[in-house]
Amino acid sequence: MGIMKFAPTMLKQLFEKPVTKNYPAEPINYPEGSRGHIDIDIQQCISCGMCMRVCPPGAITVDRKTRTWTINRFDCVQCGYCTTVCPKKCLYLNPGYQTPGPEKYIYSQTHVLTEAEKQHEAEMEAKKQAAIKAAMAKKAAAAAAAKKDGAAPDAAAKPADKPQA
Amino acid sequence: MAKKRSVVPFGPQHPVLPEPIHLDLVLEDEKVVEAVPNIGFIHRGLEGLTEKKDFRQMTYVIERTCGICSFGHGLGYVETIENIMNVEVPERAKYLRTIWSELARMHSHLLWLGLISDAFGFESLFYQSWRIRERVLDCLELTTGGRLIFSVLEPGGVLRDINKDQEKEILKQIGLVEEELKEVEKAFLLDYSVQTRLKGVGIITKERAHEIGCCGPVARASGLSYDMRKLGYEAYGNLDFEPIISNDCDSYARCEVRIKEIHQSIDLIRQAFAKMPEGDLSVPVKGFPKGECFTRIEQPRGEAIYYVKANGTKMLDRFRLRTPTFANLEGLCEMLKNCEYADVGILCVTIDPCISCTER
Ligand code: SF4
Ligand code: SF4
Repeated sequence: MGIMKFAPTMLKQLFEKPVTKNYPAEPINYPEGSRGHIDIDIQQCISCGMCMRVCPPGAITVDRKTRTWTINRFDCVQCGYCTTVCPKKCLYLNPGYQTPGPEKYIYSQTHVLTEAEKQHEAEMEAKKQAAIKAAMAKKAAAAAAAKKDGAAPDAAAKPADKPQA
Repeated sequence: MAKKRSVVPFGPQHPVLPEPIHLDLVLEDEKVVEAVPNIGFIHRGLEGLTEKKDFRQMTYVIERTCGICSFGHGLGYVETIENIMNVEVPERAKYLRTIWSELARMHSHLLWLGLISDAFGFESLFYQSWRIRERVLDCLELTTGGRLIFSVLEPGGVLRDINKDQEKEILKQIGLVEEELKEVEKAFLLDYSVQTRLKGVGIITKERAHEIGCCGPVARASGLSYDMRKLGYEAYGNLDFEPIISNDCDSYARCEVRIKEIHQSIDLIRQAFAKMPEGDLSVPVKGFPKGECFTRIEQPRGEAIYYVKANGTKMLDRFRLRTPTFANLEGLCEMLKNCEYADVGILCVTIDPCISCTER
């Protein structure tokens, strides 16, 4: 048993420089792979919505129509699950924390279509329109034929209702 | 003169308590005759979330039950799922999990050393303990990305690896922790004024500890050799260690056991790094779990029990978690009987209460 067992340690501390950092005057070096915030490479994103479905607190919203990817940074818990499921691997967990603030910080990114993608989109749209047109024509023809035969028009028209591949 | 009885409420807000627990203390003059605990202040219904989140999302939810035992909770949960689905985790992943759980144990025990010194009013000791703890947290941040919540577990393995540079850094840092702890532990174990607060206070005999089902360092300080790591889960089966026990049964013994366990953890991490093989980090897990399973693992605070009932869909039927603090609360009431009122604060801290875990 002893008294003042701790005195040497305490005295040593008196002459050392402080253990804590003088933040924010001195910057903090986060290690690589620190869980700070989620970043997205929006041009890679295909708006599949996988990240939105798996996110445990539901911080991400993906809008397919407008190709917008949105994250509520205050809901995100930096679990990194979204980065592991993303099929395009376009989500990253990067160092650097969200700064505090009085309002919820919503971060939103919209995928801008490139020329090639626009062309592809236009082609797809044209194809779709053509398919619809064909289906309509077929339907009309079937209905006309049914009328001629005098059979029930509904039964004959049904198969043509299905969208064409 | 007849002694006068009075009931004093203690907590949930009290300077010594890191987390809210309420105790009704029945006093006879300055002596506590009985303590009635009351919990339920921070219930968040995490077990109920199993109905809303699928079993993979739950890995991240369960981990966030508590900030200090987070790795252990995640580990217990994924182990239970793996047991149900008969998944054999790769060897390397087992070793990585072992290393991370030992680092977590070190930081939890160092945190406790800080809290207990704060409880008996030794502020600079508190500060020194947490200064050492910072090294462990830095190691964890370096390898997992998180300081307290790591999210590196998934059913079937782990998500991150420890490379050679990081291994060197961890070994260097835990070497420093060992040195610095040796200096600081002198104060805990030999200092006169510290001993007056800890020695002979809060005794639970071996028989009583067994009867009321204490676990973890509280049980081991009462001479019970219970350590779930001895079951050999993850890589513990390949490592060489013995549970640390003390027969003093008092607060001092609990402090001593925890300090020795930090040294043991350092040793286990060194052993694990020496034996860790190369290989895969995880195996793919397909399908959904079906069946039920109990798993027991040793958390820094004691034995935790995980129960999962799964029905073959992506949602689990039931998840249950019995935390070490829940078992040790009974021990706390035992300790508080016949103690001085002034010791109540310290005794509450000696069981290392983690009320957030307990209430989930
Ligand atoms: S999972 Fe990836 S590709 Fe899919 S919407 Fe999210 S960020 Fe885009
Ligand atoms: S890191 Fe986790 S919480 Fe954050 S957006 Fe991704 S899945 Fe959601």
